Amino acid sequence: MDRRKTAIVALVLCLAALAVLPFVSEKFYVQLFTKILIMGIFAMSLDLLIGYSGLVSFGHAAYFGGAGYVLVLVSPQYAAASLWTSLPIAVAAAALLALGIGMLVLRTSGIYFIMVTLAFSQMLFFLFHDTKIAGGADGIYIYVRPVADILGWKPFDLENVVHLYFVVLAVFIAVFVLLRVVLASLFGRVIEGIRINESRMRSLGYATFRYKLACFVIAGALAGLAGYLSAIQFGVVNPDMLAWHLSGSVMMMVILGGMGTLVGPALGAMVMMLLELGLQSLPEVGGLDIGRHWQLLMGSFIVLVALLLPQGLIGLLTKRGAKKAHG
Amino acid sequence: MVEPLRQGTSVLRARGLSRHFGGLAAVNDVSLECCMGEVHAVIGPNGAGKTTLINVLSGDLPPSSGRIELHGRDVTGLASHQISRLGVGRSYQKSNVFLPFTAFENCRLAAQSRLVSSMRFFRAAARYRAVNEAAERALVEVGLETRADVALASLSHGERRQIEIAMTLATRPQVLLLDEPLAGMGAEESARIVELLRKLVSDHAILLVEHDMDAVFAVADVLTVMVNGNVLESGAPEQIRSSKAVQEAYLGTDDSNTTD
Amino acid sequence: MDFGTFLIQLLNGVQYGLLLFLVASGLTLVFGIMGVINLAHGSFYMIGAYLAWSLSERFGDLWTAIAVGVVLTVLLGMALEWLLIRKLYARDHLYQVLLTYGLILVFEELRSVLWGDDVHGVAVPSALGASIPLTETLSYPVVRLWISVVCIALAVAMYFLIQRTRIGMMIRAGASNREMVQSLGINIQLVYRVVFALGIALAAFAGMIASPVSSVFPGMGNQVLIICFVVVVIGGIGSVKGAMVAAILIGLVDTFGKVLHVEIAGIKLLPELAGMTVYVLMAVVLLWRPEGIFGRRL
Repeated sequence: MDRRKTAIVALVLCLAALAVLPFVSEKFYVQLFTKILIMGIFAMSLDLLIGYSGLVSFGHAAYFGGAGYVLVLVSPQYAAASLWTSLPIAVAAAALLALGIGMLVLRTSGIYFIMVTLAFSQMLFFLFHDTKIAGGADGIYIYVRPVADILGWKPFDLENVVHLYFVVLAVFIAVFVLLRVVLASLFGRVIEGIRINESRMRSLGYATFRYKLACFVIAGALAGLAGYLSAIQFGVVNPDMLAWHLSGSVMMMVILGGMGTLVGPALGAMVMMLLELGLQSLPEVGGLDIGRHWQLLMGSFIVLVALLLPQGLIGLLTKRGAKKAHG
Repeated sequence: MVEPLRQGTSVLRARGLSRHFGGLAAVNDVSLECCMGEVHAVIGPNGAGKTTLINVLSGDLPPSSGRIELHGRDVTGLASHQISRLGVGRSYQKSNVFLPFTAFENCRLAAQSRLVSSMRFFRAAARYRAVNEAAERALVEVGLETRADVALASLSHGERRQIEIAMTLATRPQVLLLDEPLAGMGAEESARIVELLRKLVSDHAILLVEHDMDAVFAVADVLTVMVNGNVLESGAPEQIRSSKAVQEAYLGTDDSNTTD
Repeated sequence: MDFGTFLIQLLNGVQYGLLLFLVASGLTLVFGIMGVINLAHGSFYMIGAYLAWSLSERFGDLWTAIAVGVVLTVLLGMALEWLLIRKLYARDHLYQVLLTYGLILVFEELRSVLWGDDVHGVAVPSALGASIPLTETLSYPVVRLWISVVCIALAVAMYFLIQRTRIGMMIRAGASNREMVQSLGINIQLVYRVVFALGIALAAFAGMIASPVSSVFPGMGNQVLIICFVVVVIGGIGSVKGAMVAAILIGLVDTFGKVLHVEIAGIKLLPELAGMTVYVLMAVVLLWRPEGIFGRRL
C-alpha cells in the first residue's frame, strides 16, 4: 500500500475511534479528549506559523487566552451568553490582537522575532494579572456556559459533556480541513515560498510582509477559537491562559508531533497531554514526590526531543515507512 | 501592463550610483543605461562591484547615493518587490531557488506573482491554468521541460542555473538583470542560454554581468568595464576590445571563464 | 515629587538598569559569539540568588557565598556546555529555544527540590550596612551604590577583556570564523566552553549581588529573562553600547512607572499598569527602529 493510502486509512481510523469514544468510555476520558482536541486545534494553528511559514512565534498563548478573556468580558455574569454571538466576537478579537501585534513583531525576524512575540504575550499577561479588568491573578469563573439557542431550537447543550465533546470534534475537523485547503491555495504556496526563501520571493515581486501578516492573523484567530473552547470547557479564565509556559508547551507539541505536517502537531498535543497526566500521577520514589515535580521529567523530555527528534513523531513514522518501501 | 517600447528607448538608467559598506565603496559613481532591444554587458575582474551594482539596481540593496530611473520614473530606494513589479527581473549569481520544490513549482511560483493576486485562500493553486501554462513555457524556454517534476535539490548545478533563469523569465519582465547566468554551465547549456538571450533581446532590455568573454562578445551591444567599483570605460564592443586601458586592467590578464 | 525622592528613584532606576545590563550582556555574549540563544539564562540569575542565600546561611557571610557561588556556577556552565549546549551550535534557533526552554523547567524543579518554593531574603553584609544622607530626611543605602559600582566595574573589565586582550581577540575571531580559528591551532571548543560559562556566570553573579536588595523568589529567573529580551530588542542585537543604553532606559522607566501617578481621561494608567511600561517602550522602538536603537540596519 503506498504512503498516501496508508495515511488516509490511518486518519479515517483515528476519526472513527474519536467518534465512538464517548459511547465506550467514562466521562473522565471524554473530558480528557475534549481537552486534547482543543490543544490539537491550538497546535495546528501554531504549525501554520512554525511549520509552514517559518515564523517561530513564542507568544501564541496571547491569542488563546485573549479570546478566553473576551468571552468572559462579553458574557453576562450569571446568565449564559449566546454561542453564536460570543464565539465570533472572541475569535474576531483574537484576530484583531494578532493584527496589532503582528504589525509590530513582523518588522523583525530570526531571534528578534522569537523574543518580541514572547515579550508581547507577557505584556498581555501582566495586563490581566496586575489589573482588576478580569479578576486579576485569580481570573473569572464562567458560571453558565454559552447556549446554542437559535430562535428557541437548541441543537446541543454545552453543559453536557458529550455534546461539548462532539462540538469540539466537529470544530477540530473543520479547522483541519480549512488549513489543508488554505495551504493548497495560492496563499499557501506563497507562505511556503516565504519560509524557504523569503528574499527570492521578494525579488519575484511578492510583498512578503502582507502575506506573513495575514498568516499571523489566521493563526491567531484559530488559536482564539481554541482558547474560547477551552474557556467553555473549564468554566474559568485566568492569566495562565496567557502564560509563556503555555506558549512553550504548544511549541513543544508542534515539534514533538512533527512540524509542517498538521497532523503531527495534533498528535503531539495528544502525546504531551497524556504524558503530562502520566507524569503527574507518578508515585513517590525514595522520598521524592515525582508527581509533584513532574516538570523535571517533562523538561528533560523536551530537551531530549529537541536533541534527538527534530522531525518529530511523524518524521519518525514516515522514515520507517520509507525504509519499508525500499525493502 | 506596459505597451511594447521601440527599440533603442532607454528603459533603465543609473546616474551616479554609489554603494558604500563602511569605508569601502563597492560601487562608486556608476552611470549607465539599458535600452530596449540591447544587451548591455558589464564586465570586470572579481571584486569590481558588478554584483553589488545589480543588487542596487534590483532593489536588494539601497544605494548610498545616486539615482535610478525606470521608464523615466525615479525608483531610487524602492524595495526589491516593488522594482520587480515594475517589470524588472533579476537572476542571481548563486542559484537562489526553492530547493525542496520541483522545477515546475519553482517556475509556477514565479509566474503566480504576476498573473494573479495571491491573497486567495480557497481554490487550489494547481487549478490556475494560466499560471501552470506560464510555468510550462518558462521551462521550455530553458529546455528543461523533461525535468519538470524533479526537486531542485536533485538537479545538477547547471540545471539549477537554468531554472534560476527560467524563474526570472516566468515573471515576464521587460528589463532583465542577469548576474553571471552562465557560471557553472557546460558548453551545451551555455550555448542554449546565449541563443535564448539573442531571442529575448528584441523585446527586452538586458543588463548582463558575465565572465564568459566569448558569450559577452557574441551578444553584447554595449559594454561597460568596471574596476574597483568604478567605471573604467564604456562603449561599443570593438572600442572596448581595442582599448589599452581595458586590456591592462582586465582582458589581457584574464583567461575567460575563471571565477572564484 | 520632591527632589530627595526623585534622586532616590533615579539612583534605584540606574542600579536596576545596571543589573539588567549585566545579565543581558551575558545573554548577548553567548548569542553573539556562539550563535546560541539560551532561554535558561534567566534561570542562572535565579540560581545565583538562591546560591547566595543558601551559601550565606551556611558560611555566615555573603562574601564567601559569592566567591563559592561563582566558582560553582562556572563549573556548572562548563559542564552544561559540554553536555548539551555544544550540540546546538549548528542547529536552528527553534531547537535552541525548545531545548533551553526544557532546561528552564528542569532548573525550576531542581530548585524546588533542593531549596523549596519559599521567598527568602539575604542580609546586607555589615560592611555595606551604612546609608549616605541625601537630604535632611532621606538617605541612600550604600549597598545599592555598591551594586551599581560593581556592575560598572565588570562592564569595564569585560570591555577590556574582549576588546583589548589576546584572549578577547580569539573570542571575537571565533565569533566570525570558527573554522579559521580552529585551523590556527586555537582550541575553539575550549573558547566556547569558557565563553558560555562566563556568560551564565554573569547572570548568576548579578543574582548574587542583587540578593541583599531584592527578594529571592521562584519566578525571578523568568522575569529577568524576558526583560533581558526587551533590553536586547530595544538596544539592538550585537551592540553592547545599545544594551547599556537600553538597560538604563528600562531601569528608569520601570522604576519611575511604579511611583508616578498618571491618569488620562479617568483611566488610571500609572502605577496600575507599571508592569506594562517596558513593553510599551519596546512597541514604540519597534515602530520607529525595528533593528533597535543601535542595531545595524540591513
